[in-house]
Amino acid sequence: MTLLSVSDLTTTYTSGRSAVHAVDGVSLEIARGETIGLVGESGCGKSTLGKTILRLVEPSGGRILFDGEDLTALSEAALRSRRKRLQMVFQDPFASLNPRQTIGEILSAPLAVHGVKSRAERQRRVDDILARVGLPPDSARRYPHEFSGGQRQRIGIARALILEPDLIICDEPVSALDLSVQAQILNLLAELKQSLNLSLLFISHDLSVVRYLSDRVLVMYLGRIVESGSHTQIWHRPLHPYTKALIDAVPDPTRRRYAAPLPGDLPDPRSVGGGCRFAPRCPIATEICRTQDPALRAAAAGHHVACHHAEPALVS
Amino acid sequence: MLQINTRTTLLQPEADTQPIAVSAEVSPSSWPNLHAADTHVVSATSHNIRRLTVLRLLRNPSVAAGGALLSLIIIAAALAPFLYPGDPLSMVARPLLWPGQNAAFPFGTDSLGRDVAAGLFHGARVSLLIGVVATSIGVSVGILVGATAGYRGGWIDDVLVRVIELFQTVPSFILLVVLVAIAQPSILTVTWAIGLVTWPTIARLVRAEFRVLREKDFVMAARSLGFGHGRIVIREILPNALPAIIVTASVMVATAILMEAALSFLGLGDPNVVSWGSMIGSGRELIRTAWYLTALPGVVIVLTVLALNLIGDGLTDVLNPRTGVER
Amino acid sequence: MATLLDIQGLTISFPNATPVKDLSFQVAEAETLAIVGESGSGKSLTALALMRLLPKTADITDGSIRFAGEDLVNIPEPAMRERRGRDIAMIFQEPMTSLNPVLTIGRQIVEVLRLHRGLTRAQARREARDLLDLVRIPDPDRCLDDYPHRLSGGMRQRVMIAIAVACRPKLLIADEPTTALDVTIQAQVLELLDRLRRELSLALLLITHDLGVVGQWADRVVVMYAGRKVEEAPPEPLFNDPLHPYTQGLLAASPRLHDDLHYRDSRLSEIPGSISSAVKEKGCPFVPRCPQRRDVCRTVFPDTTMAGLGRSVACHAVTPTIATGPSLHDAAVRL
Repeated sequence: MTLLSVSDLTTTYTSGRSAVHAVDGVSLEIARGETIGLVGESGCGKSTLGKTILRLVEPSGGRILFDGEDLTALSEAALRSRRKRLQMVFQDPFASLNPRQTIGEILSAPLAVHGVKSRAERQRRVDDILARVGLPPDSARRYPHEFSGGQRQRIGIARALILEPDLIICDEPVSALDLSVQAQILNLLAELKQSLNLSLLFISHDLSVVRYLSDRVLVMYLGRIVESGSHTQIWHRPLHPYTKALIDAVPDPTRRRYAAPLPGDLPDPRSVGGGCRFAPRCPIATEICRTQDPALRAAAAGHHVACHHAEPALVS
Repeated sequence: MLQINTRTTLLQPEADTQPIAVSAEVSPSSWPNLHAADTHVVSATSHNIRRLTVLRLLRNPSVAAGGALLSLIIIAAALAPFLYPGDPLSMVARPLLWPGQNAAFPFGTDSLGRDVAAGLFHGARVSLLIGVVATSIGVSVGILVGATAGYRGGWIDDVLVRVIELFQTVPSFILLVVLVAIAQPSILTVTWAIGLVTWPTIARLVRAEFRVLREKDFVMAARSLGFGHGRIVIREILPNALPAIIVTASVMVATAILMEAALSFLGLGDPNVVSWGSMIGSGRELIRTAWYLTALPGVVIVLTVLALNLIGDGLTDVLNPRTGVER
Repeated sequence: MATLLDIQGLTISFPNATPVKDLSFQVAEAETLAIVGESGSGKSLTALALMRLLPKTADITDGSIRFAGEDLVNIPEPAMRERRGRDIAMIFQEPMTSLNPVLTIGRQIVEVLRLHRGLTRAQARREARDLLDLVRIPDPDRCLDDYPHRLSGGMRQRVMIAIAVACRPKLLIADEPTTALDVTIQAQVLELLDRLRRELSLALLLITHDLGVVGQWADRVVVMYAGRKVEEAPPEPLFNDPLHPYTQGLLAASPRLHDDLHYRDSRLSEIPGSISSAVKEKGCPFVPRCPQRRDVCRTVFPDTTMAGLGRSVACHAVTPTIATGPSLHDAAVRL
């Protein structure tokens, strides 16, 4: 059952006279209880996409259907009441908690805003959620600076969960954490997701993390989805040359001194030309790639790719 | 690396009181990460930010010195009606008694035979009152305008910034003189006028703070939780802007006291009350023969302003987010 | 190969903490040694100590840093300043903040060349251009007159590397050189560093938290935990057969090393707790998180024992005779 259906979403940042399409005509669907991984390099628009879905950043075009209702058409007040069903976990566990509020205040404020009048009831739910994310009950009286990075991320997750949402957008939730703590948080997210039947949009630049936690994967490059498929499809039969390069670039201790798979830099999103956005860096680009922008098309069941040269893989 | 340095003070007592079973058998229903050691590790020194800040403030030498000095002045102001119950403007002795000449008038009398000591004590009341109230007005207006401009942005910001600039391009003292001259000089009008010329400082500061803070992740989080604008501004952003506002406000009190003194010196103060500025103003013609008439209130003003500036400096040290307790 | 850098018993102290304790390791000429550890392990502080660039409140309280036979701990500051940049160079994680934003790239490289190699302005400019070419910056002539903010993160890191190797140092310290970069760019920069190591016969001290980077590019690896060296080994044995419980836990917790794991069927193995619990430990700092701890671990830090060719480990649970811990795969799949 589809919970979230985004179609042709566009987000434009204007600075001065130039406009950048940080998100450029993205469509995606998330079913209830499903985890979607969104991978891409910094500047590809993946964070903006996450924030646009929550309308923390206003879209400049497209529709966001959440449980059948178009979020882009809602007034601000109406949107506020829907917010309890869509939540977000942020990357930086230090910046995302107000340093001047106790954990108890941080966690109970959303309840107060969304109409839980009784103080005792709020208290009960705060205690409940703290236990759920594995923090001691006395955390409620403490301030964020008294916690380590991993513990703060648990608090961030608790805050996202306290309104009992249906969908959580996790924006690089573990990339600021040490490796040994990353595993703790990933396990926590996986467990909570399964026991609460949450849908997750998991945004990360780290493919190995996405690979572990996703049912389906979207690969984003310069504001566009270039490939989408199930987690096995993306990892075992990647079709887009960018996806292949991303997978190859992950440092692998078993490969000694392996050459970099991809030359060049992420180009300036303001200067994208008419052809495929990946063409300047693409090892297999041909004339058509420089002139025609490939559309996302089905290559196999549930597997979509935006590349002129993805055909051979389809046959094999 | 600095993390190590600070972490040493934040230790946990119960990290290893019980054995940790890493390889314990794990069934999907019992997730040991929910009881991982880390999760019970919270810094033992349970310090409340507010209490810690107060402690640090008291230990700061600038704040201690300034605070002591200011306390003396406040005590003087509080004692004025008991020590000198009469009107300080009434003539009580022979004019131009020098300090020390008569034990009943330790600071002497002025050209009209008014007690200088009574004037200084009662003047402290006026100066502090005007300083604090005018600053409160300035800070309130400044926060209102600055927060609106900084939080809303867009055309509202553009308009408000123009208004702030308009106020700031006119020299504030001239504006003050004009305002007081238009209204009748009284404590009330002087206070309002000072408040009205000082708010742009706070407004600019608050606007800058709000523009930075509204982009922070915790404000983004508040929006994603469906908080209204009022709640975000008052509960989330303002407390984080407060340190900077408090520091500036302490210096603004000093500025307000100086402005009032300058107005009274020019004869634009409330004629019915004695203030340090008016004492200097009336003593100015006798500066060659009776210099104490200008020197004594002058010294008191200097000490008050010094005390407030010391406190402001100390507050900057303690509350500055870069050097302060909360990262 | 000859030893270039020999660190013995290095201890770094702050007034109220000792973030690096009794650290010893060697770097040979033209080899890549990786120091891996989490934040708080003391790895970056060690790098700063080698450059004698520790923050004012920190001090080297014990040990020696012998570079090409000379102890850097005790030489006077002017002599050290001469070594910096010329014999030992360093690049940092964030290339934006380490470049001066108001000077052109060319100006910043030329300055270094004139200072350390006494070149004329024209010579230095020609040399700067060659350096940018060396680090494979496209269109080096234009780059010379550009300001740092006009370059991408990867390009800025290349410029930093060009400046670092400008004086042909013998040792290049790279502190998390690719952490701020994207994976595809990361691979390019690491490849560049390795090429320079070979072409300029540089010794490379690679400081990182990324196990994948370590395995792929290092000749030897030092694993640090809370200021201590807990294990040292060449990458293959380290990954195939980690000895220290911390290394084992770290490898097991890394999703990157377990391609087939998926949340629907299995949990990631994790190390409980966090590194902040290490600070008060008298004995081994890993005790609070260690699955194999014994009583002795709480009071005595274990001696470093040899455990095979080029390998050593500091753990009471590992004895030299039975120096075989559970293998990576045993440690990984505890489901």
